[in-house]
Amino acid sequence: MTGIWTICRKELADHFSSTRFILLFTLILIVSLVMAYMVGTTLRDELKDVAKPTFVFLMLFTSGKLFSLVSFIAFFGPLIGIVLGFDAVNRERSSRTLSKLVSQPIYRDSIINGKFLAGAILITIMLLSIVLLISGLGLRLIGVVPGPEEIWRLLIYLVLSIFYISFWLAISILFSITFRSMATSALAAIAFWICFSFFVGFVADLAGDAFFPVDPRAAERNPELMVTQAQAKKLISYISPMTLYSEGTTIVLNPLQKTTQSLLLMGPMERLSISRFQNPLPLGQSLSIVLPHIITLIAITMIFFAISYAVFMRQEVRST
Amino acid sequence: MNGQTVIETQDLTKVYGDQVAVNRLNLKIDQGEVFGFLGPNGAGKTTTLLMLLGLSEPTSGKAWVCGFDPTRDPLKVKKVVGYLPENVGFYDDMNAAQNLLFMSRLNGIPDEVARPKAEEVLRIVGLDADPRKRVGAYSRGMRQRLGIAEVLLKEPQVVFLDEPTLGLDPDGALQMLEVIRSMSQDKKITVFFSSHLLDQVQKISHRVGIMLKGNMVAMGRIDDLAEEKFGIGQEKYTLEEIYMKYFKEGQS
Repeated sequence: MTGIWTICRKELADHFSSTRFILLFTLILIVSLVMAYMVGTTLRDELKDVAKPTFVFLMLFTSGKLFSLVSFIAFFGPLIGIVLGFDAVNRERSSRTLSKLVSQPIYRDSIINGKFLAGAILITIMLLSIVLLISGLGLRLIGVVPGPEEIWRLLIYLVLSIFYISFWLAISILFSITFRSMATSALAAIAFWICFSFFVGFVADLAGDAFFPVDPRAAERNPELMVTQAQAKKLISYISPMTLYSEGTTIVLNPLQKTTQSLLLMGPMERLSISRFQNPLPLGQSLSIVLPHIITLIAITMIFFAISYAVFMRQEVRST
Repeated sequence: MNGQTVIETQDLTKVYGDQVAVNRLNLKIDQGEVFGFLGPNGAGKTTTLLMLLGLSEPTSGKAWVCGFDPTRDPLKVKKVVGYLPENVGFYDDMNAAQNLLFMSRLNGIPDEVARPKAEEVLRIVGLDADPRKRVGAYSRGMRQRLGIAEVLLKEPQVVFLDEPTLGLDPDGALQMLEVIRSMSQDKKITVFFSSHLLDQVQKISHRVGIMLKGNMVAMGRIDDLAEEKFGIGQEKYTLEEIYMKYFKEGQS
């Protein structure tokens, strides 16, 4: 454990003093606070002299004029993971410190474990500070104290977000082991992010249409085929960690959302009228809906870290 | 030297694909001995070092360093061994003492013990003048000295040095050789010393070994090797002449 903690402490110190991390964190912090302020003031004005709905506090995280904090983290969170890990190992290799590290009396896996742990701790500190700041700002703006269930939901959201960003950390560490050039590993991680965050939806649509074609004229007579096609598209879209995360966090932070499988298109008025006549889901039931999402997210994070681990352990380290 | 063997190999072999990097290497090096490990680039010197350090697994054969098998007990070996690679790297944004402290933490040395020790070894290698200077601003020679300081900090029983005087000016090289000699004589540290600068090897080595294409073609005291190649005579041969004789024979 000595090796892991020593490396973890050094990595943390390096991250905290690195300009790129400070810049990224400041950007995310400013955007989050501005968004929370805008949402908070909007909620305060709209709910003036009106009975506040349950779970209004969570709306700070799920509402927004352009996009919500949840969608912002879903979009930009991977960049944090990539920035923290893209040069984790190849930087040591190019500065020739890796051969020195492995010749010290520490287990070789301490190096990669220490680096991943430092990244995960940093992600936790970042997210926790953002959530706490937004909560503080929200308390002041809307004047509503969150209930225990809201706090639990926020904690689950936090854990989910930590694993989501850690997944991208694991990916970027894997690339930093595989590629000797730091630029290549950064580009590879960004390419992976773009593919798995933005193109999986198109691929899912194409694959769904190709494997389960539905004739629009015959669709009314064969609704099962439509459902099958929609389910296939949904299943394929789960390849994307962003889909898993977005769906998972939406259900956790919005107790009125009861399914991830809705095929019906509804307008905002229809959704509003439905929501007026329904009760929020208890936390346990929201959790049971998103449990597959959470488990999958944790599993893919662990799988990619395990691949990084295995590749690193098998590499021969020379000083030249 | 007191005769106690600290490095031993038996038919140590490393094969990469169909290329034999080290072929059935048999070594015995005693405590306090300075062993010059010679050979052209690609002869298998670094591969041997990596196997002895437990950083690379031998294809076949056995090795022991201070009684520990580097393949089975790499941590025990690394605990008693200091290693200065050919291209030593440091954390450029830290100063010399911070680099040393980081390495001492990895070796389980408490900070309160490591701090005074770091000051002492920096003084020994002549890097105590500007303790705040970041290593990124160091010259090649200063980095080599810092590498030696890092090795000394561990107080190892065995030291593996890969081209330790590379990039040093003549005065710096002489100082470095003096430090190596002192490690062997005063502290009874075994020095496994690989270099292309044969005059330096000749100055400090008790014995040398010459590797060619993965094979140890000669091993022994320099005088014995000279006698073997040139016969007994009045003339004193340099290690360079002996080495070139073996090298040319190996090439033909």
